[in-house]
Order: sequence, then C-alpha cells, then structure tokens
Amino acid sequence: MFRLEVRTSTPAWFNLALPLLAIAATLILCSGLIALAGAGVLESYGVMFTASLGDSYAITETLVRAAPMIFTGLAVAVAFRAKFWNIGAEGQLLAGAVASCFVGAIPMPGPLAMLLMALAGAAAGAAVALVPATLRVKFKVDDVVSSLLLNSVIYYALMALIEGPWKDSFSGYPISPPIEDSANFPVLIEGTRLHLGVVAALVAAPLIWFLIVRTTLGFRIRVTGENPEAARYGGIHVERVLISTALLSGALAGLAGVGEVGGVHFQVMSDISPGYGYSGIVVAMLARLNPLGVVPAAIFLAAVMTGAEAMSRATGVPAFLSDVIQGTALLAMLVALLFTAYRIRRVGAIG
Amino acid sequence: MSAPLIEMRGITKTFGALKANEAVDLSVAPGEILGLLGENGAGKTTLMNVLFGAYAPDAGEILIQGRPVRITSSADALAAGIGMVHQHFHLAPRLTVLENLLIGIPGKSGRIDRTGGLARLAEISSQHGLTLDPDLPVSALSVGEQQRLEIVKALFRGARLLILDEPTAVLAPSEVEGLFSALRSMAAQGLGIIFISHKLNEVRALTHRCTVLRHGRVAGRVDDPANTTSAAMAQLMCGHEIVPPARGPSVPGAGVLTLDGISTSRHSGTALRDVSLAVRAGEILGIAGVSGNGQRALAEVISGVRAPDAGRMTIAGQTVSRFSPREVQALGLGRIPEDRMTTGLVTNLPLADSMVLPRIGTSAFSARGLLKPDAIRAFAEEQIKAYDIRCPGPMTRAGALSGGNLQKALLARELAFDPKVLIVSQPTRGLDIGAARFIHEKFLDMRAKGCGIIVIGEDMEELLVLCDRIAVMYEGRIAGTLDSADATVARLGLLMTGAEGHG
Repeated sequence: MFRLEVRTSTPAWFNLALPLLAIAATLILCSGLIALAGAGVLESYGVMFTASLGDSYAITETLVRAAPMIFTGLAVAVAFRAKFWNIGAEGQLLAGAVASCFVGAIPMPGPLAMLLMALAGAAAGAAVALVPATLRVKFKVDDVVSSLLLNSVIYYALMALIEGPWKDSFSGYPISPPIEDSANFPVLIEGTRLHLGVVAALVAAPLIWFLIVRTTLGFRIRVTGENPEAARYGGIHVERVLISTALLSGALAGLAGVGEVGGVHFQVMSDISPGYGYSGIVVAMLARLNPLGVVPAAIFLAAVMTGAEAMSRATGVPAFLSDVIQGTALLAMLVALLFTAYRIRRVGAIG
Repeated sequence: MSAPLIEMRGITKTFGALKANEAVDLSVAPGEILGLLGENGAGKTTLMNVLFGAYAPDAGEILIQGRPVRITSSADALAAGIGMVHQHFHLAPRLTVLENLLIGIPGKSGRIDRTGGLARLAEISSQHGLTLDPDLPVSALSVGEQQRLEIVKALFRGARLLILDEPTAVLAPSEVEGLFSALRSMAAQGLGIIFISHKLNEVRALTHRCTVLRHGRVAGRVDDPANTTSAAMAQLMCGHEIVPPARGPSVPGAGVLTLDGISTSRHSGTALRDVSLAVRAGEILGIAGVSGNGQRALAEVISGVRAPDAGRMTIAGQTVSRFSPREVQALGLGRIPEDRMTTGLVTNLPLADSMVLPRIGTSAFSARGLLKPDAIRAFAEEQIKAYDIRCPGPMTRAGALSGGNLQKALLARELAFDPKVLIVSQPTRGLDIGAARFIHEKFLDMRAKGCGIIVIGEDMEELLVLCDRIAVMYEGRIAGTLDSADATVARLGLLMTGAEGHG
C-alpha cells in the first residue's frame, strides 16, 4: 500500500525532473490514442519530432510558433507569481494584435513603426488586464472568471471590427487591412519565417526572470502572491502590486499579438491566435512559473503543434492530438506538482 | 491501574537525517491522564501523528488493550478508539454543531439520524458538562466552544483515548478550569487522555503521570506530577536548569508611544473606545484582557494597518498622520505579530526573504529598484548566527522552521534596526521554556537600551514577570492600569471582567 506524506523540503533537481516526468507521462498516455487511430506510436512520434526539430528549417518554424507562447507564458507566469489569476492572456493577445495592426497600417519609417506597434500592443494588452485586476482590487470580483470571460468579449469585438468598419475593402474576407510593408518585422534568416519578434521573445524571458528575482518589484510580487497579509503588514501596498502585475502581464500577452501581426500574418483575422493565450497557462505551469523555464516549455508545445500537423499528413492521426497532448501535459504537470509538497511512502507491514 | 489502554513500543520515525522519534515507549491506562512534555521539536507532534495514523513509523508497534494494531489513516485511528483534538480545529464553519458531529457517520438508508444524534449529544454533554447548542453554526461559536465541540466529536465517535495538543493555548484563564473538570470526568469514566502542553503548572494540576521527550527520545518519566516542582520538570525537558530572567528596576524616560483618545469603528472584532495610553522609553507596558476585548484593534492601529476614526497617536514625539505600516516603521516602530504564519512570515519563500520583508525598500537591501542579494543573504546569515536560529541556512523555506525559531527570526528582523517602540502580541504562545526565556531576555535587553515595549498578552504570569505596568482592556476600553508591583492575578482578573472601575 502507498500513501502520501508531507514533505519538509523540495530538492532543487525537481524543477527539471518534474516537467520532464510530466512530458514523459503525457507522451505515454497519448500513445494509446495514436494506437487507437490505427497508426504506429513510435512512427508517429518520430514524424512529429522530425517535422518540428529534425532540420534547421523545422526548428525555425517551431521557434516562430514558440514566440507568442513565450510571451503568453511569461504573462501567465508573472501573474500567477502574484496569485493574480490571469486566464485572459488570449484576449490581451488579441487586443495587442489589433492595436499594433492599427498603428502598423499608418505610413511612417519602419523602425519607428515597429517600436510604436510594440508600445501600442503592450498598452492595449495591459489595458485589458487592468479590467479584472481593478475589479478584484476594488470589488473583490473573482479574477479567474472576469479575465476568462473577457476573452470572449475581446474576441467578438475583434470579429465585429473585421466584419464591419475595419474590414479590408480589397479582399472581401473578414480580415483587417494589412500593415505597411515597411512595418513588417525583418526576417533574420533568408528563406525562413524567423523574424525579429522571436528574438524579442527569447530576450524577454531572461529580462522577466531578472525582474522577478532581482528587483524590489519582483520581491513584492513574490511576497504578495505567497502571503498578502504578511506583505501588507510589511509595508507593501498589496493592491498597487496586483495592479502593477496585471499591467505587466497584460503587456507581455499584448506583445505576443504584436509579434503575430508584425512577423507572421501582417494583418488581423479571426484565427490569428490558435489559443496561444490558453497555451500560455500550460507553458507557465510546465515552467513552474520560472520565466527561464518558459522558453523550453513554449518550444516543447510549439514542437507538438508543428509536429502534429506533419504527423497528421503522414499517418492519418488527426492533428487534434496536439490539443490533447497540451491538455494532458497540463494535467500531468499539475499532478507532478503534488510531489513538491508530498512524497510517496510505502506502508510496510509493521506492528 | 489495569492493563494499558494503549501502548506504543519502540517507535522510531526519521525524516531524512532527522530522527524525530527514536525508540519511544509510551502507555496510557484506562482512567489515566498522561502529560506529554517536551520542547518544540522534541518529537511530541510526530509521535502523536504516528499514533493517529498520519505518519507510518519506521520501527516499533502500537498495542491497543494488549493487541497489536496497524494504524495507517485517521479512519483507522478513529476505529481503534483514538480521538485527537488538534491545535487547529477541523470543523466545517457553515454547518451546525450537530451536523459537524454527524459528518462521516452513516445514517439509515442515506438519511441523517438527527434524533439519534441529538440524544447522543445530550448524553455526552450531561455526563461531562460539555454543553453545546446543537443548532448553532460553528462560525457562531467561541474558540472555547469549538474546542468543546472537537472533544464531543471524538467522544461521539466512541473514542476511548483522547489526545489534546496544547488545548489551553487558545483558552482564556477562566475557560481552562471548565476544560480540566470535563477531562477529569472523562478519566473517571475509564477513558485515557494524553495532554500535551508547555504550561507546567497546568500539567501538574491535571495529569497523573508524565512522559518527557527530548531530541526525539524519552528523557524521563514523572510519576507524581502534582508533587514534582516545575523546575524539575523543566530541567528534564531542556536537559539543564532554567532560571527565570530578573527584571531590574526601570528608569523610564520620555513617552515613545502615546495614544490619545483613539476610537475605531466596529470593522472586525471589538472596536476601540477612547483609548489613551503611553509607553515610555525603557519601560514594558503589558496589555492584559480576555481575548476579544479590543486587543486586536489596538495592535492593528499601532501597527499602522488600520486608521482610527478619532484620536491621535505619536511615535517618538511625531504624530502619525497616514496610518500605514510603512509610516509607523519609518518612525521607529517594530512589530512582533501574534500570528507568525499569517501576518509575519512568508512560509513558502526562503527565510531570508521574510527577514528583510519590512525593510526591502530601504538602502540596506535595495537601491534604485534593484535588490542587493548579497546584502540580504549576509543579513540573514548574521541574524541566524546571532539569534541561534536553527535552520540549514538563509535559503531554507521559512515554513520548515519550528515555532520558536520563527519567533527568533521575527525578533531578529525587528531588533536589528533598533526600534524605539516594539509592539508584541502573545510573544511566547506555543513556545517552549527555553525559547520563551530567550525571548524574554531579549525584551529586557531592549528595555535596558531605552526601547519602549508594549506586550499584548493573555498569559498573566508572563505579564507579571515581564512588565513594569499592566493595562487591562475590557470591551474596547482601558479598564485600569496597575503598577506590576501592586498587580496580582486576582486584581487583574477583576479588571478583566469589568468589575472594578479604576486601577
């Protein structure tokens, strides 16, 4: 018989071991579904791997997909550190995309356009995140519910824009007008889609890590998240910290939208995000809310997404498997997190 | 007495390198009240958790009425007739007394057996004088009543052995006698009781026999606690003699903290009504009173967490204007909170973080928004050494430390910056004699250095030893102030019940 016992401390190597354990468990669990779809498990995973990480082009494609999830993963990680439950990264991403597209469509020198796009997108994302944060601070409204529901509000507002006044008059589809060519983010490697926004995402992770670990704001975020009462008695303005965290988190999610507009789609359409905001939650949890861990976690999910499409073409397993893997990975990680607080003991026959 | 009701033989339990229990033997006979003594970290809680099925022992066996049993869960323990009243109650606050009693008890064909439950409750209540209104929600009960419910709950489930973990820590002095007479009545009916406490006078008054633990082993047994001195028992617990600190004459200086006509609204708990008091430099002022008479509001106002509706407060001569924790800290107030875990420390973060928390924005630990990790670490290391805080290092999770060590850490963080005034609530609650002694000495050191200290407490013996003057709170007012030379437990007790007008 086995039982759970409370741990007094958590070994450091758990930070690395737990996500790997969760991923391994996920792949094992999902192999049953692949077998059910009538394909070879190893073959399917093999295709997934080669298609996402097998050659340099595949790697650049995976990185392009990872970039928005690095931003949303950082957004969620920062928010969750303060126990501001931001489930609204999806809506904040969309708001960032709309704002940056709006700015990018105005003719001006390229570098200036890109800078203003980033600022506008970050500001829009922050403004959206401010809503649930204010509701929570002022009226004690549950932030999980308000931030989640706001996603639908933003999505349908976006739809109303691109179906109506902001519809591209030349295309006939419900898409926004494109941004100026000069505002397109530069491609770093000829023949790939690896754009400047990917580098920005990779740079953002260590910056956010530094902010959390080495600045007084980061200290206040951590303390407020772990024990708001002790923080208040210690002279920290808990409400102010929550609002700052929300602004930062929303801005990061908004930047995910900026990258998609400036580096990938160059305009806004209804499916500009295949749920990158929600994937950010999975990324942040796999990273155990560590900003540095967000990068490999986002790359893993991106590889699954890219790989799943190729696997679908090669073996006939539906590409939806990538969603299943994401969901399973989140659940597996949540279970794995149990082991940071508990350990399994075998109860022998004694007495 | 007859064969033991319960016997633990050679119990050993290790956590990593730490031997929490080593070859511990313990037995309780029917009708016996056994005192379980030991300093914090001596292994009392671990031993009781083994008995209650929360931990599996590495070695040893448990016998109930001579028969070996395996207890691997609290359900097993309950089935074996073992009931436990934890320090933190396990009750459902929205449910009524009766509903809490019936949780987990199968009724007939899925229905709750209300009549049967009422009858059983009435029986237990009348037998031991444990009266409770069955239809009151638990949230409406006082702490003492909730504890009574926990005891009734254990008896309701047919417990023949009752474990009480520091039951008097949450009770007012007047409630303690009621608890003791109920426990004596249960013992008279053949139940066994294990009573865990730090308060030696209570142990001497109540128990028939004591087992003393030290460093996880049985350090000794006391067969006649009533006729054993507290000093002798304390020596068994600590392994050396304990001398209470002597409070020299005080030379109080100017007032460092004054409250003038402070009143608050009834926001949470009892409101303050026109409270005026002054603490002078080099003086320890005690605030006595039955809990819930405004002590909490007083502590909140002084700590800057709550602004009063009327009145004026000064710290070191400066009027407090905005009532924020930051402002009162900047004026020279240090604070040792009543509840270390909720308002003092951050249990999930490294100890060092908690130790610098109130002063993280000052130049000692940060500059231009950037932390100084080396300074933070060095500060924590220095204090850990100076205060002999037992932990692997400054990066240990604060929650992994024992209560006494956490209290030392809080003390260290406040005293390191030479506060002019120190506000302290229940400074030694839940601490063992050695740790309490250490804390008291530090207060007396600060007093000698000219710090004004205000101690809010419920333990009157402690206040009488420590304080120069004692003010008594009753229903949000200061009922009277006594010089501790003139104060006795009896006079304070009268003031605490509102009987006497002036001190």
